[in-house]
Amino acid sequence: MEMISPFVLGLSVFILAVFVGYYVVWKVTPALHSPLMSVTNAISSVIIVGAVLAAGSAQDTLTQVFGFVAVLLASINIFGGFVVTRRMLEMFNKKK
Amino acid sequence: MSANLSALSYLTSAVCFILALQGLSSAKTSQKGLTLGIVGMVLAIGTTFASPIVSSYGWIISGIIGGGLIGTIIAKKIQMTALPQLVAAFHSLVGLSAVCVAAAALLEPAAFNIGVVGSIAPGSLVEMGLGVAIGAITFTGSIVAFAKLQGLVSGNPLIFKGQHPLNALLGISLIVMIGLFASCGCPNLFWAITLVSFLLGFLLILPIGGADMPVVISMLNSYSGWAAAGIGFTLGNSLLIITGALVGASGAILSYIMCKGMNRSIFNIILGGFGGEQAALAQGSKEQRPYKAGSSEDAGFIMKNAKSVVIVPGYGMAVAQAQHALREMADILKEEGVQVRYAIHPVAGRMPGHMNVLLAEANVPYDDVLELEDINRDFAQTDVAFVIGANDVTNPAAKTDTTSPIYGMPILDVEKAKTVLFVKRSMSPGYAGVDNELFYRDNTLMLFGDAKKMCEEIIKALQE
Repeated sequence: MEMISPFVLGLSVFILAVFVGYYVVWKVTPALHSPLMSVTNAISSVIIVGAVLAAGSAQDTLTQVFGFVAVLLASINIFGGFVVTRRMLEMFNKKK
Repeated sequence: MSANLSALSYLTSAVCFILALQGLSSAKTSQKGLTLGIVGMVLAIGTTFASPIVSSYGWIISGIIGGGLIGTIIAKKIQMTALPQLVAAFHSLVGLSAVCVAAAALLEPAAFNIGVVGSIAPGSLVEMGLGVAIGAITFTGSIVAFAKLQGLVSGNPLIFKGQHPLNALLGISLIVMIGLFASCGCPNLFWAITLVSFLLGFLLILPIGGADMPVVISMLNSYSGWAAAGIGFTLGNSLLIITGALVGASGAILSYIMCKGMNRSIFNIILGGFGGEQAALAQGSKEQRPYKAGSSEDAGFIMKNAKSVVIVPGYGMAVAQAQHALREMADILKEEGVQVRYAIHPVAGRMPGHMNVLLAEANVPYDDVLELEDINRDFAQTDVAFVIGANDVTNPAAKTDTTSPIYGMPILDVEKAKTVLFVKRSMSPGYAGVDNELFYRDNTLMLFGDAKKMCEEIIKALQE
């Protein structure tokens, strides 16, 4: 049997994920749209996965530098995004 | 870790991310959701660490610790009024790190198992080109958005002749270059794509005015997601594809909601120019009309004797840092037996949901804060609408005057309340540069002054 190309597999996953995202995000209450934005910002830094591969497995120095910079930037985002989201959600859940 | 095992573990972290977003459907579940999001991220990074091709850890760990410290410190210190700038700055970092990862993949594809230098599959090259282009546009676009929000450059739209043709030309040349890059894989073309995208991101956001920033931030949020997905395609990593798609969809929905909140099409906003010209126009045809101005004592008296008060806060309230004084005022009114609620317009802040965060920070109870569609019906039974730092979102011209630039924008129906109190610095028009009919009505009382001072004075008047 002919092999399905990785692109087509990736595309299937992508399209399904867009649908999941669409339905999940419409359910988010408008009051929490700011935390939604900061948390999506944090999780989009999952790009750190690629950065770790570059920094940790490359032989060439320039590649390692790119990898390191990407790890650094993505980490700022991950920590910053999660911390600021936590701060906001705590405000919404304060005890009265 | 075997390839299958790590794929499953990436899948688990993708599920964690979906549940994190799901958690935001109510404030109660949101914190659990966030914890799941963090678990997902830790799992994703851990899985990558365990991958057999990763051999050195020194750089990675120092990068994570360094970045983690910087991020945590910034996030702890930032003021909630500056949240939009922070988010814009964070978006730019996602964009730049996408560019770096794409560059690394080009230089050393073997590190990612996607081929060897010079013979990467054309499919991967298209994805790489797209990923780097979106990442680069996100980077410079977010920097411009940050500079505008921070007040480093003018919030006015910056427009020059031939801007749209130039952007179109850059866009077309990008597509052509990505096509060429796919067929030859030459590194020079990659760098050219990066540079042109940097320029395009810059030019795309520059002409957009300050009033449209909520849309711009949402749009860049979406781009940062698509960039991550693009890199995911390049590396053949389904976690990146799923997460990128989630974030991209989320940003797109928020942009749509913001556009609807202003009754503007996304194209209209990208083409830019809102705010500047109309403001000049309105100033040209100014005529004096009679209006009633009141004092803080008047306002205190009216509200104390009302049964229900709806507070309509706008960004001006946040600029004046009046949220704590406002909440104190509301508390006193509540003790007097007045029903106090808050009405939030979708574009009340500088980013989606911004006003809700600012009010929550000032300890305003979550249940007192209502969205436009939930409160609008109640204005007719409301004694007092207290508008503070908002203007355009209450302007009835949006419903009646087809020539008005804000025609069609959903507004809060404050004009139906028995009395309208308007806290404003002066009679100057709002962001859109449109005069507000409400100022001149018989049942409107203008309260001139700084929002914070006015609230404090009303508190004093109430306590006497």
